Amino acid sequence: MPSTLTAPTDRDDGSGSLPTAPPTSATRGVALRIERTAAEPLPGGAAGTDPDAEPAVDLRGVSVYYGSFRAVKDISFEVPPNAITSLIGPSGSGKSTLLRAINRMNDLIPGTRFEGEVLYHGENLYADTVDPVEVRRRIGMVFQKANPFPKSIYDNVAFGPRINGFRGKLDEVVEGSLRRAALWDEVKDKLRQSGLALSGGQQQRLCIARAIAVQPEIILMDEPASALDPRSTLQIEELMSELKKNYTIIIVTHNMQQAARASDFTVFLNMGEDRAGYIVEHARTIDIFTNPKNQLTEDYVSGRFG
Amino acid sequence: MTTATRTLPRTIHKSGGADWRGVLFHGLLLVSLLFSLLILFTLITDVLMRGLPVLQERGADFLTRPTSSSPARSGVAQGIFGTLMMAVFVSVVAFPIGIMTAIYLEEYAPDNRLTRFINVNIRNLAGVPSVVYGLLGLSIFVLALGPLTGGRSMIAGGLTLAALVLPIVIITSAEAIRAVPRSLREAGYGVGASRWEVTRLLVLPNAAPGILTGTVLSLSRALGETAPLLLAGAVLGGFSIGSRSFVEQLFSDYTVLPVTIFDWSRRPQAEFRELTAAAIIILLVITLLANTIAIVLRNRYERSW
Repeated sequence: MPSTLTAPTDRDDGSGSLPTAPPTSATRGVALRIERTAAEPLPGGAAGTDPDAEPAVDLRGVSVYYGSFRAVKDISFEVPPNAITSLIGPSGSGKSTLLRAINRMNDLIPGTRFEGEVLYHGENLYADTVDPVEVRRRIGMVFQKANPFPKSIYDNVAFGPRINGFRGKLDEVVEGSLRRAALWDEVKDKLRQSGLALSGGQQQRLCIARAIAVQPEIILMDEPASALDPRSTLQIEELMSELKKNYTIIIVTHNMQQAARASDFTVFLNMGEDRAGYIVEHARTIDIFTNPKNQLTEDYVSGRFG
Repeated sequence: MTTATRTLPRTIHKSGGADWRGVLFHGLLLVSLLFSLLILFTLITDVLMRGLPVLQERGADFLTRPTSSSPARSGVAQGIFGTLMMAVFVSVVAFPIGIMTAIYLEEYAPDNRLTRFINVNIRNLAGVPSVVYGLLGLSIFVLALGPLTGGRSMIAGGLTLAALVLPIVIITSAEAIRAVPRSLREAGYGVGASRWEVTRLLVLPNAAPGILTGTVLSLSRALGETAPLLLAGAVLGGFSIGSRSFVEQLFSDYTVLPVTIFDWSRRPQAEFRELTAAAIIILLVITLLANTIAIVLRNRYERSW
């Protein structure tokens, strides 16, 4: 298990007053330097929190094809550890495809083809020797629509540890995961009830608990709050900023306020004329929303298209 | 407000001139339903009226005697044994092979031309008339494999029926597996489950009720088949099994209830009409029993899952 976790780069966490304006919340006070080579697809390396810190994942020249259709082309960016990186962009810009490429989820869809490299602790996740099942254990996923197993709440969380041959106190893992997913207090008396009996927001937090129960290093979230009411959405966002102390989070979102509120870094994708997604700009979230370098970015974040 | 009311019909009360097309359609639906029910009702009452007296009069004697040329001494023992054994063969041979084939086709096989070709052919096989399967059974299980199966034997018949229902088992199981939502599979893969784990722990338990329903329907179909078994060696008429052991019986003459029914219905003596009806009742009971077991199993499975 490569656990050379770099020191947390985000020193934000509630110190300082909570801003009311959306674009600044999570990123205020983050001491970062960004080599910004925005506006163009970045050839290997872009934003890093600390130049010496190893990125959690490093995408290099990633293209994903569905049959002969190229969904994203030549995507390169680094994902800094212990931070939230959001992928935004109009429909069809390949956000989800890109996200699913990171933990090889696209492998499960017949006809997909991958080009490029996804480096994780220096290893290409698409190397022949890499076991995609193991990749998904290290890089967990939360989906757009909450998809608990039709099992009890307990068994939902325990599923991952069980199949991964966990030896130890399963009860503790379940409780710990539910606590970290901010769900424990609501479900501690009904762990044997079906996970499907929970509300939508609770189900999504259960899915987060299920994901972190296998102790991944990175959590991918594919529009995790898009089907939730505003209050549940806020809960998920608060949860995310709590989770980033221990995990690296990459989130796809259609909701620009969400990206602005909750993420530290933002990758803005657009659909090219060949209908393939490409990176327009990648920067700190605050810069994307307040000081974009690219006119397209400005148009998108101000709601003029997409 | 006034502009809004203008677009409405003049009155909100039910108009006398009803929507007659709708009423007609409703009536047609009811008639169709009644027609099906009427046929079923007629069949069952006819069978019961004629068969029940025989069962009352003969009692267990009817169930324990072999077919004979004399109506008074004829029974369905051999038919019941044969039919139950056919159920065993179908369950043991067709169910595992069929379900595993379905799992392979749905979860493992790549989506290419060969897979699609196989899929289409399985569907075609399910539509092949059962007599053709009888010919298959005759040429393969009775003749070609005669030295192994004992020729016109219970094994040959069982294998023929297994082959007959195999495509149905595959299709219904595959449909049940396909009905498992992709999100469930992805959830499993997302926490690092392998394909085998996703299939075993998530897909199959979720598809099990559907698979069970399909397999039992195919079992009922197999138990009612006559034609293929007439070709594949079921004995039409009386025969003696002497004092053979169970294993020996597998390799020797056999008959099944539908064949007994067919046989009796052609006999000249009038008494056999009543016997036929009684045998039909027994066959219906066995089929219903199989269905009931499956429903109980399915419900238990749904709850535990």
